[in-house]
Amino acid sequence: MTKHETILELHNLRKTFTARRAGKSYEIKAVNDVSFDVRRGEVLGIVGETGCGKTTIGRTIIRLTGADSGEALLNGSDIFTENRRRMRDMRLKVRMVFQDPYASLNPRRSIGDSVAETGDIHGVFKNRQERADLVAQTLTQVGLNPSFAERFPHQLSGGQRQRVGIARALLPTPELIIADEPVSALDVSVQAQVLNLLTDLKEEMGLTMLFISHDLGVVAQISDRVAVMYMGNLVEMADGDGLFADPRHPYTQLLIASVPRLDATKRISGGIEKGEPPSRFTQLQGCPFHDRCPIATDLCRVERPLLRELEGGRKVACHNA
Amino acid sequence: MLTVKNLVVAAGHPSTKLDIVSDVSFEINRGEVLGLVGESGSGKSITSLAVMGLLPHPQLWVRSGAIELDGADITEEPPHLRVERGHGGVSMIFQEPMTSLNPVLRIGEQIEEAVRVHDGSTGEIARKRARELLEMVRIPDAQLQLNAYPHELSGGMRQRVMIAIALACRPQILIADEPTTALDVTVQMQVLSLIRELCDAFDMGVLFITHDLGVVSELADRVTVMYGGRIAETGPVGELFHNPLHPYTGGLMGCVPDPAAGHRRFRTIPGQAPKPGEVPQGCKFAPRCDHAQPVCRAGAVPAVAAGANHAAHCHFPLSQEAL
Repeated sequence: MTKHETILELHNLRKTFTARRAGKSYEIKAVNDVSFDVRRGEVLGIVGETGCGKTTIGRTIIRLTGADSGEALLNGSDIFTENRRRMRDMRLKVRMVFQDPYASLNPRRSIGDSVAETGDIHGVFKNRQERADLVAQTLTQVGLNPSFAERFPHQLSGGQRQRVGIARALLPTPELIIADEPVSALDVSVQAQVLNLLTDLKEEMGLTMLFISHDLGVVAQISDRVAVMYMGNLVEMADGDGLFADPRHPYTQLLIASVPRLDATKRISGGIEKGEPPSRFTQLQGCPFHDRCPIATDLCRVERPLLRELEGGRKVACHNA
Repeated sequence: MLTVKNLVVAAGHPSTKLDIVSDVSFEINRGEVLGLVGESGSGKSITSLAVMGLLPHPQLWVRSGAIELDGADITEEPPHLRVERGHGGVSMIFQEPMTSLNPVLRIGEQIEEAVRVHDGSTGEIARKRARELLEMVRIPDAQLQLNAYPHELSGGMRQRVMIAIALACRPQILIADEPTTALDVTVQMQVLSLIRELCDAFDMGVLFITHDLGVVSELADRVTVMYGGRIAETGPVGELFHNPLHPYTGGLMGCVPDPAAGHRRFRTIPGQAPKPGEVPQGCKFAPRCDHAQPVCRAGAVPAVAAGANHAAHCHFPLSQEAL
């Protein structure tokens, strides 16, 4: 058993948004007391449905949104309390890939300039030649011809744009990439190409990645470990293969059963689970999943289950799992 | 029964000769779900708009072919006549229900409007029918929810309201264009099972358009795969996925992520789909196909069949039985 080197530790992260509806203000717990760590060289998948807080976690880690409380330790120093200068260094180490590469690329800048932008800001290139060489090398790494440096976003297909989005996160080499739904806007055949690329990059460069997605199939494909979120809470965490073979939390079980399969042996019929996530405006008592849960007990309606460790490093937040 | 025969949809001026859907034929019987699968730009949505009569005129128009409902040619009919037919017409639901619903009208009023136009009933009778429709689509507390505004409902509930409005016209064919793509997986499963249930209960044919092979495999009875504006392959669902004939179908299946499969590299399809207009000669898939030979790049592609209902357009199908 090798010892895992931790690159990022999240401790008790909380983020509450305030929303006003019909003159009343409501507190929405987007992220509720979430802790986990990311190990060097691994892909940690975060999966969950709309509004579960997965995107908010990614955004708070790079301080696009401020956290209410909690710590995010990158190599031991807390991102949330860094001063401006140290924060600049941190932004070189942690980089983000967004869902829609068209929205995140400046339409009037060439691909080469966009890929070099982070390096330019931080002054990492010695001269023009080195800048051009590194851009060409990074474009090759993501499977694009170096001549793409001269092109503009509108000349590229969706898949090519997302490759550029990945290239921007790779130059200069980061310690951690946060990828928020990086393949959701792509067609299946292109999605498969980009997922293969990310897998290759992980193996060649030893990339560490936080991979956020609503798609269980995609997360299973790429992740070493998976965290499942529901309504702002981390409900289960396990290594990928274990989670999909033997899900313990009733919500994870529901999620896996809901994925449409190619070998549809079950075929859709009546008798499907009827519930939906409750409104974010209601203040929940107890376990957030209790009103949809087939095995809920009285305890679940009163007390929120904390994440506890089972055998094999698996963690579950359920009284009855 | 809906029959589409050799449908060709063209774009732009008649002289430009730009066909974005060519030679598409299929039929849908009552009580049957036909899944129409393809990636962006494959022509699946354009095909469905042509059936509904909603092609944006004059940019897109039907160059040739016929759309028949119970043997009557409806190709030239305006959309409202396609909905209102004696033995049931065609109704349609779309991907994003929030853009189809009026945000300032209560959903009860919007369902009643469809009832009023279709049945001619008003007042209490229309209101009662609206409540029945909401119950049919399994919305809890139907009586109460009639007074709700669209923004007060979840995405899954809004899509159910859209289905209720479509059902108000007692259609024999329901066209569903990516109706669950904007929904979360657990809710998607509920809406799919509702569509299946309604299809069986009302003996209604469903044309289900999606990019998701998994969804098709769970829901559809028969599948039609489109690529570059043409039909690549058609067959019964189990047969088609067990024994794909067209290399594109096989390639697409290799790209579907499956949580049970764990880590694996995808067998990807190289390259990217052709844009309308830059369409290659011969087989449209030939530039990306492992099996392509010179013959694929010239002339018409023959149809091959494996069994009574399973056919593809390919010179070198994946399964040898087809030859």
